[in-house]
Amino acid sequence: MPAIAETLDTVQQITGSTYKYGFETDIEMEFAPRGLNEAIVRLISEKKGEPEWLLAWRLKSFAAWQKMEEPNWARVKHPPIDYNDLYYYAAPKRPAPKSLADVDPDLLAMYEKLGIPLNERASLAGVAVDAVFDSVSVATTFRESLSKVGVIFCSISEAVREHPELVRKYLGSVVPAGDNYFTALNSAVFSDGSFVFIPRGVRCPMELSTYFRINARNTGQFERTLIIAEEGASVSYLEGCTAPMRDENQLHAAVVELVALDEAKIKYSTVQNWYPGDAQGRGGIYNFVTKRGACRGANSKISWTQVETGSAITWKYPSCILQGEGSVGEFYSVAVTNNHQQADTGTKMIHLGANTSSTIIAKGISAGQSNNTYRGLVRIMPNARNARNFTQCDSLLIGDRCGAHTVPYIECRNPTGKVEHEATTSKIADDQLFYCRSRGLSEEDSVGLIVNGFCKDVLKELPMEFAVEAQKLLAVSLEGSVG
Amino acid sequence: MLEIKNLSARIDDKEILRGIDLVVPQGEIHAIMGPNGAGKSTLSYVLSGRDGYEVTGGTATLNGVDLLAMAPEERAAAGVFLAFQYPVELPGVGNANFIRTALNAILRARGEPELDAVAFLKRARAEIKRLAMPEDMLKRNVNVGFSGGEKKRNEVLQMALLRPRIAILDETDSGLDIDALKIVADGVNALRGPDFSALVITHYQRLLDHIVPDYVHVLANGRIVRSGGPELAHELEAHGYAGLEAA
Repeated sequence: MPAIAETLDTVQQITGSTYKYGFETDIEMEFAPRGLNEAIVRLISEKKGEPEWLLAWRLKSFAAWQKMEEPNWARVKHPPIDYNDLYYYAAPKRPAPKSLADVDPDLLAMYEKLGIPLNERASLAGVAVDAVFDSVSVATTFRESLSKVGVIFCSISEAVREHPELVRKYLGSVVPAGDNYFTALNSAVFSDGSFVFIPRGVRCPMELSTYFRINARNTGQFERTLIIAEEGASVSYLEGCTAPMRDENQLHAAVVELVALDEAKIKYSTVQNWYPGDAQGRGGIYNFVTKRGACRGANSKISWTQVETGSAITWKYPSCILQGEGSVGEFYSVAVTNNHQQADTGTKMIHLGANTSSTIIAKGISAGQSNNTYRGLVRIMPNARNARNFTQCDSLLIGDRCGAHTVPYIECRNPTGKVEHEATTSKIADDQLFYCRSRGLSEEDSVGLIVNGFCKDVLKELPMEFAVEAQKLLAVSLEGSVG
Repeated sequence: MLEIKNLSARIDDKEILRGIDLVVPQGEIHAIMGPNGAGKSTLSYVLSGRDGYEVTGGTATLNGVDLLAMAPEERAAAGVFLAFQYPVELPGVGNANFIRTALNAILRARGEPELDAVAFLKRARAEIKRLAMPEDMLKRNVNVGFSGGEKKRNEVLQMALLRPRIAILDETDSGLDIDALKIVADGVNALRGPDFSALVITHYQRLLDHIVPDYVHVLANGRIVRSGGPELAHELEAHGYAGLEAA
């Protein structure tokens, strides 16, 4: 992605900061009134022209949310969030574009600046993009070429209109609305996100990706993503996220649901680079996300790969429900925290079916005064004969004011189950740094090299196009952490 | 030319180097021998810029450029290379990637064009062949799971590819069997030429049978107490270091 490097150098000069995506775009916006109540839920549904069943689902979720309490078991601290002080819907005023040619040029320019050209000719070879700006999807590329093989890739709002039977069948089927506080909130007010459907036997011919951008002030982003791979289908999907630099915190509470039927494979990669706040811990995104995949079919496979460098707070546990016999779940994670960032992230592998297996490789890197927690559950249920799990959690500490914590939960209810857990904690050693520097590498390049080496097992799981970006991102996130 | 004048240095409050004078002209190989605790490793660390060593007096220049004022990476760009006594492991960092990144950092600092992966690999494979090392050295992670001998060979490979003006070999012979010792020595001898000089630090004379130095210096108690030709090494081997500290 050479375009990223160039454009973002410019942005960095403008913002004078190491967070390269911190600019704000001046677009005429339409907001729902500030605050959260039933009328807002109805308004969002109405804006999107939704059918009655979906409005009913939203209202039920909202009612459930009102009775729930924010979870407090994670190792994160933040002042109370005033849910009535946010905007729950913000969209560009120009009417929704019918094709790429109709997209607001200012928006196209902004995505160019982020290194995500939406012009199909200029875009990355073999990657289709859905661009979500605050509450709405503004463009989806390569839809036509995808539809030729039967792949549906569009915004979820559009899917509700065009493919209501699919949405109705699968929405909330993996993550029930009332699963937790944030899923209930999301189910009530979700505005947009991506929808992917890969029909039976089709291997999706391109990488699919969604680029989430929070732009408007005091606005929460509640996206909803649903990916379905039918029997024998396969798809690789990647999401990226950025937001402007602001002193106040912003809320992002997303829900992602994946469904894999017999022999289907879904690879879901995330490069999360929401604004992390400044060096003093002011501002940044609160990232409270529920991601879950259901391996419903025999020999299906769901693989999560995440590189989490952004957000003031990350609360996120991409999980797999391994129901189909012989199904496979994978979780590869790199979580970097610097300055005052807090991350409590990990996974859940729920083994229901026989001969299911899961692999968890989690790498946590803490610098500054940050706290980085791995929290993972491996549960082998009574019917899961010969289930296997392998977990490896490695923590790397940079400096002496940060923290790394590992909280594994292991429950094995079948005597044939086999669960392995390995964990290490290390520091970047002075002799490693000196070794690199004596060979000509600067201190920051040395840290970058050592950190990338530490994360290699995870980075190699990313699609090629993004692995290089992710490596650079790691180095940037840790700038100034040594010395 | 490496020129060290009256160099003193300490760790914490302990004086280790007490006024070293040493000149290594371009193209020459000098050996430094001496008993344990004489300050041999300290000298190599002070010259390459390791943290924790405080220079309390004197100067060290390479071709007239003040080394002591520079960060370790700047010294590398100026042409200093330290072959470590205990090479460090870098898990997950591929050897080829490591050496190429280092070489390009040095080239960049000198304002010279960098090498792309293909050009680098070509050069690296040629060196590996010349040094009679297995090609998988490049694919493995830096020093991870290497035997003691392989680690030292990897230092020589890095040296051959980074092409320093002065290489400091800090007890590179320690822990090597005779075959590995020959490979290391051949590597150094192959670089001999008008643009390369080396400071070979060793406890034993046997390495100097293979890398024949132009001069031998004896370091004892933080000072150079004797200098002479290659025959001095044999003398030391026969009579030991006893009595030198008073000289």
